[in-house]
Amino acid sequence: MTRYVMVVDLRRCTGCQTCTAACKQANGTPPGVQWRRVLDIETGVFPNVRRSFVPVSCMHCGSPPCLEVCPTGATYKHDDGRVGINYDACIGCAYCAIACPYQQRFKVQRAHFAYGSDPTDAEAIKFDPARLGVSTKCTFCSDRIDRARETGQVPGIDPEVTPACVNSCICSALHFGDRDDPESNVSKLLRENRHFRMHEELGTDPGIYYLTATDN
Amino acid sequence: MYVPNSSRVAPWRQTYWDWRAAGNFIFGGAGSGVLIYAATAPEAMPILGPIGAVLVLCGLLCVWFEIGRPWRALNVLRRPGTSWMSREAWIAPWLLAAAVLEFSPWLAWSRIAAAVLAIAYLYSQARILNAGRAIPAWRHPRTVPLMIESGLAEGAGIGVLVGCLSAPASVAQSWVGWSLAGLLLLRMTAVVWYRAGLRRDGAPQNLLRDLSRCVPRLLTLDACATAAALAHAAWPRSALSIETAAVLAVVAGWWWKHTIVVRLSYNQGFTLPMTPVRGAGVTGPGSRPGW
Repeated sequence: MTRYVMVVDLRRCTGCQTCTAACKQANGTPPGVQWRRVLDIETGVFPNVRRSFVPVSCMHCGSPPCLEVCPTGATYKHDDGRVGINYDACIGCAYCAIACPYQQRFKVQRAHFAYGSDPTDAEAIKFDPARLGVSTKCTFCSDRIDRARETGQVPGIDPEVTPACVNSCICSALHFGDRDDPESNVSKLLRENRHFRMHEELGTDPGIYYLTATDN
Repeated sequence: MYVPNSSRVAPWRQTYWDWRAAGNFIFGGAGSGVLIYAATAPEAMPILGPIGAVLVLCGLLCVWFEIGRPWRALNVLRRPGTSWMSREAWIAPWLLAAAVLEFSPWLAWSRIAAAVLAIAYLYSQARILNAGRAIPAWRHPRTVPLMIESGLAEGAGIGVLVGCLSAPASVAQSWVGWSLAGLLLLRMTAVVWYRAGLRRDGAPQNLLRDLSRCVPRLLTLDACATAAALAHAAWPRSALSIETAAVLAVVAGWWWKHTIVVRLSYNQGFTLPMTPVRGAGVTGPGSRPGW
Protein backbone atom coordinates (compact mmCIF):
# COMPACT_ATOMS: atom_id res chain seq x y z
CA MET A 1 0.00 0.00 0.00
CA THR A 2 0.95 3.62 -0.42
CA ARG A 3 0.26 6.33 2.11
CA TYR A 4 1.41 9.75 1.00
CA VAL A 5 2.32 11.98 3.92
CA MET A 6 4.11 15.25 4.47
CA VAL A 7 6.95 15.69 6.91
CA VAL A 8 7.62 19.17 8.27
CA ASP A 9 10.96 19.81 9.90
CA LEU A 10 10.09 22.47 12.47
CA ARG A 11 13.78 23.01 13.20
CA ARG A 12 14.24 24.31 9.69
CA CYS A 13 11.06 26.31 9.06
CA THR A 14 11.75 30.07 9.15
CA GLY A 15 8.13 31.15 8.70
CA CYS A 16 8.86 32.81 5.36
CA GLN A 17 5.40 31.84 3.99
CA THR A 18 6.86 30.93 0.60
CA CYS A 19 4.85 27.69 0.74
CA THR A 20 1.71 29.76 1.38
CA ALA A 21 2.42 31.91 -1.67
CA ALA A 22 3.33 28.89 -3.82
CA CYS A 23 0.06 27.19 -2.86
CA LYS A 24 -1.96 30.27 -3.73
CA GLN A 25 -0.21 30.55 -7.06
CA ALA A 26 -0.53 26.86 -7.91
CA ASN A 27 -4.17 26.50 -6.87
CA GLY A 28 -5.57 29.98 -7.49
CA THR A 29 -7.31 30.26 -4.15
CA PRO A 30 -9.24 33.50 -3.63
CA PRO A 31 -8.28 36.20 -1.11
CA GLY A 32 -8.83 35.03 2.46
CA VAL A 33 -8.54 31.37 1.56
CA GLN A 34 -5.25 29.74 2.39
CA TRP A 35 -5.14 26.03 1.83
CA ARG A 36 -1.71 26.26 3.44
CA ARG A 37 -0.46 28.72 5.99
CA VAL A 38 2.29 28.96 8.56
CA LEU A 39 1.33 29.50 12.19
CA ASP A 40 3.55 31.74 14.24
CA ILE A 41 3.45 30.49 17.83
CA GLU A 42 5.25 32.16 20.71
CA THR A 43 5.72 30.11 23.87
CA GLY A 44 7.22 30.67 27.28
CA VAL A 45 7.69 33.70 29.49
CA PHE A 46 10.44 36.31 29.09
CA PRO A 47 13.37 35.70 29.08
CA ASN A 48 12.75 32.03 28.24
CA VAL A 49 10.73 32.60 25.10
CA ARG A 50 10.60 30.53 21.95
CA ARG A 51 9.07 31.25 18.60
CA SER A 52 7.96 28.36 16.42
CA PHE A 53 6.68 28.32 12.87
CA VAL A 54 4.21 25.55 12.15
CA PRO A 55 3.00 25.03 8.57
CA VAL A 56 -0.54 23.64 8.48
CA SER A 57 -2.85 22.44 5.75
CA CYS A 58 -5.30 19.59 5.22
CA MET A 59 -3.76 16.65 7.10
CA HIS A 60 -5.13 14.05 4.64
CA CYS A 61 -6.11 11.98 7.66
CA GLY A 62 -6.24 8.22 7.74
CA SER A 63 -9.61 8.47 9.51
CA PRO A 64 -10.91 11.81 8.22
CA PRO A 65 -13.74 13.29 10.30
CA CYS A 66 -14.78 15.25 7.20
CA LEU A 67 -15.34 12.03 5.26
CA GLU A 68 -17.49 10.50 7.96
CA VAL A 69 -19.89 13.43 8.20
CA CYS A 70 -20.16 14.34 4.51
CA PRO A 71 -23.79 13.62 3.57
CA THR A 72 -23.26 13.68 -0.20
CA GLY A 73 -20.22 11.50 -0.80
CA ALA A 74 -18.41 14.53 -2.20
CA THR A 75 -15.51 13.91 0.17
CA TYR A 76 -13.62 10.78 -0.76
CA LYS A 77 -10.32 9.06 -0.14
CA HIS A 78 -7.79 7.92 -2.71
CA ASP A 79 -6.23 4.54 -2.11
CA ASP A 80 -2.92 6.31 -1.43
CA GLY A 81 -4.31 8.24 1.54
CA ARG A 82 -5.13 11.56 -0.11
CA VAL A 83 -8.51 13.05 0.75
CA GLY A 84 -10.32 14.74 -2.13
CA ILE A 85 -13.54 16.61 -2.83
CA ASN A 86 -15.85 16.11 -5.79
CA TYR A 87 -17.01 19.69 -6.38
CA ASP A 88 -19.90 18.54 -8.57
CA ALA A 89 -21.47 16.53 -5.72
CA CYS A 90 -20.81 18.93 -2.82
CA ILE A 91 -23.84 20.93 -1.65
CA GLY A 92 -21.81 23.36 0.46
CA CYS A 93 -23.37 22.43 3.80
CA ALA A 94 -19.98 23.04 5.47
CA TYR A 95 -20.50 20.06 7.76
CA CYS A 96 -16.95 18.97 6.87
CA ALA A 97 -15.64 22.39 7.94
CA ILE A 98 -17.35 21.90 11.28
CA ALA A 99 -15.88 18.42 11.65
CA CYS A 100 -12.29 19.18 10.65
CA PRO A 101 -10.23 19.78 13.82
CA TYR A 102 -7.55 21.46 11.71
CA GLN A 103 -9.83 24.18 10.29
CA GLN A 104 -8.70 23.32 6.80
CA ARG A 105 -11.98 23.45 4.92
CA PHE A 106 -13.03 26.63 3.16
CA LYS A 107 -16.21 27.80 1.51
CA VAL A 108 -16.54 30.87 -0.68
CA GLN A 109 -20.00 31.79 -1.88
CA ARG A 110 -19.19 34.51 -4.43
CA ALA A 111 -16.25 35.12 -6.73
CA HIS A 112 -13.90 37.81 -5.50
CA PHE A 113 -10.38 38.62 -6.48
CA ALA A 114 -7.32 40.38 -5.16
CA TYR A 115 -8.19 43.73 -6.76
CA GLY A 116 -11.96 43.77 -6.68
CA SER A 117 -14.59 42.05 -8.79
CA ASP A 118 -12.44 41.54 -11.89
CA PRO A 119 -9.70 38.91 -11.91
CA THR A 120 -6.13 39.68 -12.85
CA ASP A 121 -4.79 37.73 -15.84
CA ALA A 122 -3.21 35.16 -13.53
CA GLU A 123 -6.39 34.79 -11.47
CA ALA A 124 -8.51 34.40 -14.60
CA ILE A 125 -6.43 31.40 -15.67
CA LYS A 126 -6.91 29.60 -12.38
CA PHE A 127 -10.50 30.67 -11.65
CA ASP A 128 -12.84 27.70 -11.36
CA PRO A 129 -16.57 28.48 -10.92
CA ALA A 130 -17.13 24.90 -9.72
CA ARG A 131 -15.40 25.90 -6.48
CA LEU A 132 -18.02 28.52 -5.57
CA GLY A 133 -20.51 27.58 -2.86
CA VAL A 134 -18.76 24.30 -2.12
CA SER A 135 -16.11 23.11 0.28
CA THR A 136 -12.49 23.36 -0.82
CA LYS A 137 -9.15 22.40 0.70
CA CYS A 138 -5.56 21.35 0.00
CA THR A 139 -5.39 18.42 -2.39
CA PHE A 140 -1.68 17.63 -1.95
CA CYS A 141 -1.57 19.01 -5.53
CA SER A 142 -3.46 15.95 -6.71
CA ASP A 143 -3.03 16.71 -10.39
CA ARG A 144 0.72 16.29 -9.93
CA ILE A 145 0.45 13.10 -7.89
CA ASP A 146 -1.93 11.61 -10.45
CA ARG A 147 0.57 12.45 -13.18
CA ALA A 148 3.20 10.38 -11.38
CA ARG A 149 1.24 7.22 -12.17
CA GLU A 150 1.51 7.98 -15.88
CA THR A 151 5.12 9.10 -15.96
CA GLY A 152 6.56 6.69 -13.41
CA GLN A 153 8.11 9.55 -11.48
CA VAL A 154 8.27 9.51 -7.67
CA PRO A 155 6.27 12.09 -5.68
CA GLY A 156 8.52 13.80 -3.20
CA ILE A 157 11.62 13.13 -5.30
CA ASP A 158 10.75 14.42 -8.76
CA PRO A 159 9.59 18.05 -8.54
CA GLU A 160 7.12 17.67 -11.41
CA VAL A 161 5.03 15.30 -9.31
CA THR A 162 5.58 16.91 -5.90
CA PRO A 163 3.22 19.39 -4.18
CA ALA A 164 3.99 23.03 -4.94
CA CYS A 165 4.60 23.93 -1.29
CA VAL A 166 7.28 21.27 -0.94
CA ASN A 167 9.00 22.37 -4.13
CA SER A 168 8.99 25.98 -3.04
CA CYS A 169 10.33 25.58 0.50
CA ILE A 170 13.53 27.59 0.68
CA CYS A 171 14.94 25.78 3.72
CA SER A 172 14.04 22.17 2.93
CA ALA A 173 11.63 22.03 5.84
CA LEU A 174 8.92 20.30 3.82
CA HIS A 175 9.17 16.72 2.58
CA PHE A 176 6.64 14.56 0.81
CA GLY A 177 6.57 10.84 0.14
CA ASP A 178 5.21 7.39 0.80
CA ARG A 179 5.17 6.52 4.50
CA ASP A 180 4.57 2.84 3.79
CA ASP A 181 7.78 2.52 1.76
CA PRO A 182 10.55 1.95 4.34
CA GLU A 183 13.14 3.32 1.94
CA SER A 184 11.31 6.54 1.12
CA ASN A 185 12.65 9.95 2.12
CA VAL A 186 9.85 10.49 4.63
CA SER A 187 10.21 7.05 6.24
CA LYS A 188 13.91 7.72 6.84
CA LEU A 189 13.17 11.12 8.34
CA LEU A 190 10.56 9.64 10.65
CA ARG A 191 12.95 6.87 11.76
CA GLU A 192 15.76 9.28 12.50
CA ASN A 193 13.87 12.09 14.19
CA ARG A 194 11.51 12.71 17.05
CA HIS A 195 8.15 13.77 15.74
CA PHE A 196 4.51 14.43 16.57
CA ARG A 197 1.23 14.85 14.76
CA MET A 198 -1.32 17.57 15.47
CA HIS A 199 -4.41 16.59 17.52
CA GLU A 200 -3.52 12.92 17.25
CA GLU A 201 -5.60 12.24 20.36
CA LEU A 202 -8.77 12.84 18.33
CA GLY A 203 -8.13 9.63 16.41
CA THR A 204 -7.82 11.23 12.99
CA ASP A 205 -4.52 9.57 12.01
CA PRO A 206 -3.24 12.79 10.39
CA GLY A 207 -0.87 12.61 7.42
CA ILE A 208 1.42 15.49 8.38
CA TYR A 209 4.31 14.77 10.73
CA TYR A 210 6.28 17.46 12.53
CA LEU A 211 9.94 16.83 13.34
CA THR A 212 11.30 18.46 16.47
CA ALA A 213 14.65 16.84 17.27
CA THR A 214 17.11 14.20 16.18
CA ASP A 215 16.32 10.81 17.71
CA ASN A 216 19.51 9.74 19.47
CA MET B 1 4.39 43.38 23.11
CA TYR B 2 4.99 41.11 20.15
CA VAL B 3 1.79 39.96 18.47
CA PRO B 4 2.18 36.97 16.13
CA ASN B 5 0.87 37.64 12.64
CA SER B 6 -0.96 34.31 12.48
CA SER B 7 -3.47 35.33 15.12
CA ARG B 8 -5.70 32.32 14.53
CA VAL B 9 -3.89 29.80 16.66
CA ALA B 10 -6.06 29.83 19.78
CA PRO B 11 -9.67 28.60 19.37
CA TRP B 12 -11.94 31.02 17.56
CA ARG B 13 -15.67 30.97 16.86
CA GLN B 14 -16.59 29.09 13.69
CA THR B 15 -18.62 31.09 11.18
CA TYR B 16 -19.79 28.39 8.76
CA TRP B 17 -22.96 27.55 10.69
CA ASP B 18 -24.94 30.62 11.67
CA TRP B 19 -28.55 31.32 12.69
CA ARG B 20 -29.79 29.32 9.70
CA ALA B 21 -28.11 26.16 10.94
CA ALA B 22 -29.34 26.96 14.44
CA GLY B 23 -32.83 27.29 12.90
CA ASN B 24 -32.73 23.66 11.85
CA PHE B 25 -32.01 22.54 15.40
CA ILE B 26 -34.54 25.00 16.85
CA PHE B 27 -37.48 24.21 14.57
CA GLY B 28 -36.59 20.58 13.85
CA GLY B 29 -36.11 19.81 17.54
CA ALA B 30 -39.29 21.61 18.60
CA GLY B 31 -41.29 20.03 15.75
CA SER B 32 -40.12 16.55 16.73
CA GLY B 33 -40.93 17.33 20.36
CA VAL B 34 -44.45 18.40 19.40
CA LEU B 35 -45.05 15.11 17.58
CA ILE B 36 -43.77 13.11 20.54
CA TYR B 37 -45.98 15.14 22.87
CA ALA B 38 -48.97 14.55 20.59
CA ALA B 39 -48.51 10.79 20.88
CA THR B 40 -48.08 10.78 24.65
CA ALA B 41 -50.87 13.23 25.58
CA PRO B 42 -53.95 11.37 26.88
CA GLU B 43 -56.33 13.46 24.76
CA ALA B 44 -55.76 13.47 21.01
CA MET B 45 -55.02 16.85 19.43
CA PRO B 46 -54.81 16.18 15.67
CA ILE B 47 -53.76 19.76 14.97
CA LEU B 48 -50.38 19.04 16.59
CA GLY B 49 -49.41 16.81 13.64
CA PRO B 50 -49.43 19.57 11.01
CA ILE B 51 -47.89 22.02 13.50
CA GLY B 52 -45.00 19.64 14.10
CA ALA B 53 -44.63 19.11 10.36
CA VAL B 54 -44.54 22.85 9.66
CA LEU B 55 -41.88 23.34 12.32
CA VAL B 56 -39.71 20.54 10.91
CA LEU B 57 -40.19 21.98 7.43
CA CYS B 58 -39.13 25.43 8.67
CA GLY B 59 -35.95 23.86 10.03
CA LEU B 60 -35.21 22.18 6.73
CA LEU B 61 -35.88 25.44 4.93
CA CYS B 62 -33.32 27.17 7.15
CA VAL B 63 -30.73 24.58 6.10
CA TRP B 64 -31.70 25.04 2.47
CA PHE B 65 -30.92 28.75 2.80
CA GLU B 66 -27.63 27.91 4.46
CA ILE B 67 -26.10 25.52 1.94
CA GLY B 68 -23.93 26.85 -0.85
CA ARG B 69 -25.55 24.88 -3.67
CA PRO B 70 -29.27 24.65 -2.78
CA TRP B 71 -30.33 23.14 -6.12
CA ARG B 72 -28.23 20.09 -5.38
CA ALA B 73 -29.88 19.62 -1.99
CA LEU B 74 -31.08 16.10 -2.75
CA ASN B 75 -27.45 14.93 -2.81
CA VAL B 76 -27.77 15.01 0.96
CA LEU B 77 -29.44 11.60 0.74
CA ARG B 78 -26.34 9.86 -0.61
CA ARG B 79 -24.47 8.83 2.55
CA PRO B 80 -26.85 7.39 5.13
CA GLY B 81 -24.26 4.77 5.99
CA THR B 82 -21.98 7.22 7.79
CA SER B 83 -23.49 10.70 7.94
CA TRP B 84 -26.11 11.69 10.49
CA MET B 85 -27.12 14.59 8.26
CA SER B 86 -27.96 12.10 5.55
CA ARG B 87 -29.93 9.98 8.00
CA GLU B 88 -31.87 13.04 9.16
CA ALA B 89 -32.70 13.79 5.53
CA TRP B 90 -33.94 10.22 4.97
CA ILE B 91 -36.21 10.36 8.02
CA ALA B 92 -37.66 13.80 7.21
CA PRO B 93 -40.08 12.92 4.36
CA TRP B 94 -41.54 9.95 6.27
CA LEU B 95 -41.86 12.08 9.37
CA LEU B 96 -43.65 14.84 7.47
CA ALA B 97 -46.02 12.36 5.83
CA ALA B 98 -46.90 10.68 9.11
CA ALA B 99 -47.34 14.06 10.83
CA VAL B 100 -49.70 15.38 8.16
CA LEU B 101 -51.70 12.12 8.22
CA GLU B 102 -52.16 12.66 11.94
CA PHE B 103 -54.66 15.35 11.02
CA SER B 104 -56.91 12.65 9.56
CA PRO B 105 -58.85 11.21 12.53
CA TRP B 106 -59.30 7.82 10.85
CA LEU B 107 -55.56 7.23 10.79
CA ALA B 108 -54.86 6.99 14.53
CA TRP B 109 -51.77 4.82 13.99
CA SER B 110 -50.02 7.69 12.24
CA ARG B 111 -49.73 9.46 15.62
CA ILE B 112 -47.56 6.61 16.89
CA ALA B 113 -45.62 6.38 13.61
CA ALA B 114 -44.97 10.13 13.66
CA ALA B 115 -43.76 9.95 17.27
CA VAL B 116 -41.36 7.08 16.53
CA LEU B 117 -40.00 8.92 13.50
CA ALA B 118 -39.79 12.12 15.54
CA ILE B 119 -37.64 10.35 18.13
CA ALA B 120 -35.35 9.16 15.34
CA TYR B 121 -35.26 12.67 13.85
CA LEU B 122 -34.47 14.29 17.19
CA TYR B 123 -31.73 11.76 17.87
CA SER B 124 -30.26 12.35 14.41
CA GLN B 125 -30.17 16.08 15.05
CA ALA B 126 -28.37 15.57 18.34
CA ARG B 127 -25.84 13.29 16.65
CA ILE B 128 -25.31 15.77 13.80
CA LEU B 129 -24.13 18.32 16.31
CA ASN B 130 -22.14 15.74 18.24
CA ALA B 131 -20.23 14.67 15.09
CA GLY B 132 -18.75 18.17 14.69
CA ARG B 133 -15.42 16.98 16.00
CA ALA B 134 -13.74 20.35 15.58
CA ILE B 135 -16.05 22.03 18.08
CA PRO B 136 -15.40 21.07 21.72
CA ALA B 137 -18.84 22.32 22.82
CA TRP B 138 -20.55 19.99 20.36
CA ARG B 139 -18.40 16.90 20.34
CA HIS B 140 -18.84 16.26 24.04
CA PRO B 141 -21.01 13.13 24.50
CA ARG B 142 -23.32 14.98 26.89
CA THR B 143 -24.48 17.17 24.00
CA VAL B 144 -26.72 14.36 22.79
CA PRO B 145 -29.00 14.03 25.87
CA LEU B 146 -29.02 17.81 26.20
CA MET B 147 -30.32 18.36 22.66
CA ILE B 148 -32.90 15.58 22.97
CA GLU B 149 -34.13 16.81 26.32
CA SER B 150 -34.41 20.37 25.07
CA GLY B 151 -36.40 19.24 22.02
CA LEU B 152 -38.81 17.32 24.27
CA ALA B 153 -39.31 20.30 26.60
CA GLU B 154 -39.86 22.71 23.68
CA GLY B 155 -42.30 20.30 22.04
CA ALA B 156 -44.25 19.89 25.26
CA GLY B 157 -44.31 23.66 25.66
CA ILE B 158 -45.76 24.16 22.19
CA GLY B 159 -48.19 21.29 22.72
CA VAL B 160 -49.44 22.87 25.94
CA LEU B 161 -49.81 26.29 24.29
CA VAL B 162 -51.79 24.78 21.42
CA GLY B 163 -53.91 22.95 23.99
CA CYS B 164 -54.60 26.22 25.84
CA LEU B 165 -55.89 27.74 22.61
CA SER B 166 -57.74 24.83 21.02
CA ALA B 167 -58.90 22.64 23.93
CA PRO B 168 -58.53 24.46 27.28
CA ALA B 169 -60.19 21.62 29.19
CA SER B 170 -57.45 19.20 28.14
CA VAL B 171 -54.82 21.44 29.72
CA ALA B 172 -56.69 22.18 32.93
CA GLN B 173 -55.34 19.05 34.61
CA SER B 174 -52.53 18.72 37.08
CA TRP B 175 -50.62 16.06 35.07
CA VAL B 176 -49.90 18.72 32.44
CA GLY B 177 -48.10 20.82 35.02
CA TRP B 178 -46.30 17.84 36.50
CA SER B 179 -45.10 16.56 33.13
CA LEU B 180 -43.87 19.95 31.91
CA ALA B 181 -42.12 20.58 35.22
CA GLY B 182 -40.50 17.14 34.98
CA LEU B 183 -39.20 17.82 31.48
CA LEU B 184 -37.85 21.21 32.54
CA LEU B 185 -36.11 19.70 35.54
CA LEU B 186 -34.56 17.10 33.25
CA ARG B 187 -33.35 19.86 30.92
CA MET B 188 -31.81 21.77 33.82
CA THR B 189 -30.08 18.59 34.97
CA ALA B 190 -28.82 17.94 31.43
CA VAL B 191 -27.41 21.48 31.15
CA VAL B 192 -25.63 21.31 34.50
CA TRP B 193 -24.29 17.83 33.66
CA TYR B 194 -23.12 19.09 30.26
CA ARG B 195 -21.29 22.06 31.78
CA ALA B 196 -19.68 19.85 34.39
CA GLY B 197 -18.55 17.47 31.64
CA LEU B 198 -16.92 20.25 29.65
CA ARG B 199 -15.16 21.58 32.73
CA ARG B 200 -13.94 18.13 33.70
CA ASP B 201 -12.73 17.10 30.23
CA GLY B 202 -11.20 20.44 29.30
CA ALA B 203 -12.43 23.10 26.93
CA PRO B 204 -11.17 26.36 25.45
CA GLN B 205 -11.10 29.23 27.93
CA ASN B 206 -13.41 31.42 25.84
CA LEU B 207 -15.95 28.58 25.67
CA LEU B 208 -15.90 28.12 29.44
CA ARG B 209 -16.20 31.89 29.89
CA ASP B 210 -19.25 32.10 27.60
CA LEU B 211 -20.72 28.99 29.18
CA SER B 212 -20.47 30.51 32.64
CA ARG B 213 -22.45 33.51 31.36
CA CYS B 214 -25.12 31.60 29.40
CA VAL B 215 -25.91 28.63 31.63
CA PRO B 216 -27.16 30.69 34.62
CA ARG B 217 -29.53 32.56 32.28
CA LEU B 218 -30.98 29.33 30.95
CA LEU B 219 -31.26 27.88 34.43
CA THR B 220 -33.05 31.00 35.63
CA LEU B 221 -35.55 30.84 32.78
CA ASP B 222 -36.07 27.12 33.31
CA ALA B 223 -36.46 27.56 37.07
CA CYS B 224 -39.16 30.21 36.51
CA ALA B 225 -40.88 27.93 34.00
CA THR B 226 -40.69 24.99 36.42
CA ALA B 227 -42.16 27.07 39.22
CA ALA B 228 -45.05 28.14 36.96
CA ALA B 229 -45.63 24.54 35.86
CA LEU B 230 -45.68 23.35 39.47
CA ALA B 231 -48.12 26.12 40.34
CA HIS B 232 -50.37 24.79 37.60
CA ALA B 233 -50.00 21.25 38.97
CA ALA B 234 -51.24 22.55 42.33
CA TRP B 235 -54.06 24.75 40.88
CA PRO B 236 -54.89 23.32 37.47
CA ARG B 237 -57.84 25.65 36.89
CA SER B 238 -55.59 28.66 36.27
CA ALA B 239 -54.40 28.71 32.64
CA LEU B 240 -52.03 31.65 33.12
CA SER B 241 -49.42 29.70 35.03
CA ILE B 242 -49.18 26.85 32.52
CA GLU B 243 -49.16 29.31 29.61
CA THR B 244 -46.29 31.15 31.26
CA ALA B 245 -44.43 27.89 31.85
CA ALA B 246 -44.95 26.77 28.24
CA VAL B 247 -43.80 30.05 26.72
CA LEU B 248 -40.71 30.11 28.93
CA ALA B 249 -39.93 26.45 28.13
CA VAL B 250 -40.00 27.20 24.39
CA VAL B 251 -38.19 30.54 24.51
CA ALA B 252 -35.45 29.23 26.81
CA GLY B 253 -34.93 26.13 24.67
CA TRP B 254 -34.72 28.09 21.46
CA TRP B 255 -32.38 30.66 22.96
CA TRP B 256 -30.18 27.89 24.33
CA LYS B 257 -29.98 26.11 20.97
CA HIS B 258 -29.07 29.33 19.20
CA THR B 259 -26.42 29.89 21.86
CA ILE B 260 -24.88 26.44 21.57
CA VAL B 261 -24.79 26.49 17.75
CA VAL B 262 -23.74 30.09 17.16
CA ARG B 263 -22.12 31.41 20.31
CA LEU B 264 -20.44 28.44 21.98
CA SER B 265 -19.05 27.08 18.73
CA TYR B 266 -15.36 27.72 19.36
CA ASN B 267 -13.15 25.40 17.40
CA GLN B 268 -10.21 23.30 18.51
CA GLY B 269 -7.44 25.77 17.67
CA PHE B 270 -3.89 24.51 17.24
CA THR B 271 -1.55 22.73 19.62
CA LEU B 272 2.20 22.48 19.71
CA PRO B 273 3.06 19.47 21.92
CA MET B 274 6.73 20.52 22.05
CA THR B 275 8.80 23.27 20.55
CA PRO B 276 11.56 22.22 18.16
CA VAL B 277 15.28 22.24 18.72
CA ARG B 278 16.96 25.41 17.51
CA GLY B 279 20.65 25.03 16.71
CA ALA B 280 22.33 22.81 19.30
CA GLY B 281 19.63 23.27 21.94
CA VAL B 282 16.96 20.94 23.19
CA THR B 283 13.23 20.72 22.63
CA GLY B 284 11.12 23.02 24.76
CA PRO B 285 7.75 22.71 26.45
CA GLY B 286 4.70 22.72 24.24
CA SER B 287 1.90 25.19 23.96
CA ARG B 288 -1.85 25.01 23.67
CA PRO B 289 -2.99 28.60 23.24
CA GLY B 290 -6.44 29.40 24.53
CA TRP B 291 -6.91 26.22 26.60
